[in-house]
Amino acid sequence: MTRLIELDGISHSYGGPTVLEHVHLTIDEGSFLGVIGPSGSGKTTLLRLVLGNLRPTEGVVRRRADLRIAYVPQVETVNWNFPITVSEVVLMAAAAKWYRPRATESERKRVAELLEQLGLGGFEHRHIRELSGGQQQRVFLARALHRDPELLVLDEPTSGVDVRTRHEVVHLLTDLHRKGTSVVLSTHDINGLAAHLPLIACVNRELIAVGTPAEVLTSSVLERTYGAPMEVLEHGGMLLVTDSPMGIE
Amino acid sequence: MTLFEPFQFEFFRNGFMVATLAGAICGLVGVYVVLRSMSYIGHGLSHSIFGGAAASAVLGVNFYLGAGMWGLLSALMIGRVARRGKIGADAAIGVITTASFALGLALSNVFGQARRSIEAVLFGSILGVTTLEVLAVACVGLLAVAIICAFYRKLLFATFDPEVADVTGVNVGRMEALLMLMLAVTILFTMKIVGVLLISALLVTPAVIARMVTDSFARMLVIAPLVGAACGAVGMVISYHADISSGAAIILLAAFVFIVVYTVTGARGRGNAGGMIH
Repeated sequence: MTRLIELDGISHSYGGPTVLEHVHLTIDEGSFLGVIGPSGSGKTTLLRLVLGNLRPTEGVVRRRADLRIAYVPQVETVNWNFPITVSEVVLMAAAAKWYRPRATESERKRVAELLEQLGLGGFEHRHIRELSGGQQQRVFLARALHRDPELLVLDEPTSGVDVRTRHEVVHLLTDLHRKGTSVVLSTHDINGLAAHLPLIACVNRELIAVGTPAEVLTSSVLERTYGAPMEVLEHGGMLLVTDSPMGIE
Repeated sequence: MTLFEPFQFEFFRNGFMVATLAGAICGLVGVYVVLRSMSYIGHGLSHSIFGGAAASAVLGVNFYLGAGMWGLLSALMIGRVARRGKIGADAAIGVITTASFALGLALSNVFGQARRSIEAVLFGSILGVTTLEVLAVACVGLLAVAIICAFYRKLLFATFDPEVADVTGVNVGRMEALLMLMLAVTILFTMKIVGVLLISALLVTPAVIARMVTDSFARMLVIAPLVGAACGAVGMVISYHADISSGAAIILLAAFVFIVVYTVTGARGRGNAGGMIH
């Protein structure tokens, strides 16, 4: 199995306290990894280090040469008032290569094909604000797939979306993974997303555990990750994490 | 007195051409300014350039060279202070550019520049615009169009989603520097006619008007310069006939067009402009 990325003893700080400390993590070809942890635990910093947006203050990030990475940001960070259509968003993926302002016929065809694949055929000229939550998420996924990535990185892909959209996103990612794309994502959604992934990394300033859901979704690991008591139940062969807020009877 | 009477004067013809070109260039660059929420930078840079203009006059350095270098230096300092993260970009602009503006005023006072000359710089004047300056502003316009055409996709990506653009191979830092350079050069070459205090309005208003009438980025890049050019041209004629400063006439006209479009486009226009109107 080819190693795509290796984080070797990385630490990072934004000038103040250390956000991540001595993290060792490898991402191999065919990985489907979910990063979980509480807010402010360093999940997004970890993703940015994987992407190369940030340089670690300590340690080394090794990437396979010519690795094609694509990134899908949190849709909550998108400026929905920006005057832009679905096809313009997808075409951005080729921005680094092209100096021509207008899209060529072959580029337009490629965008149409991608949108068709993701169930967005005919939406090319719609403003992104006019789409539903699931459709919006798929537009940004289409932009990422335009690069034909070997590794797809997603920040909270199911944050702020309804149950139906979450199912759509999970199915899409599973499908992509089956077709050979390696996937790394961060999520707060343990039951709806992380528990369905083959590999989970628990982060809270440091890497607390990495393993299959059965290995890491345990009360002790989750308590160390979230700093609060959590129970793990089994329901229909699936693990279900519940928290038990202190002081509430 | 006929509507076309002022066109018999060369100074007015030059001023008219510069105002029209200035409106178009400010409208074009303004699209990026408003979509990146950089309106305050435009405001600050014009103040900073005023300091540079005064210092250039005192030192006997060419206005465009001295004020341009000063403006660019201010822009780079703002970026550097803001990147250090201790204070925000807005605070950095507030400190650096107003200090520069104050220095400009102090130099003008000490070295006895006429009050009238300061007023012309602050509020704009059509007097003394040479044919060479018309050509210089036209060249700035052509340069802005060339940069936007060549880097259209990169600038769009870096404006819409800088973090992902960076991952995708767009040099976001270089695109931001290019935008700052375009902004500084635009302000430098157009502030004479519009004035230091009013130039930021010409950067913002046509772009916001364009945003209210279209949902397309490409169309915004066409509509905003057209609105800016029209305001510049008609504003100049109003300025002559009403005997008010050119900057005031142009900006008041742009504000009037804004109110009309704001009213006519209703909720849709206001929704499009979103965070641009506070």
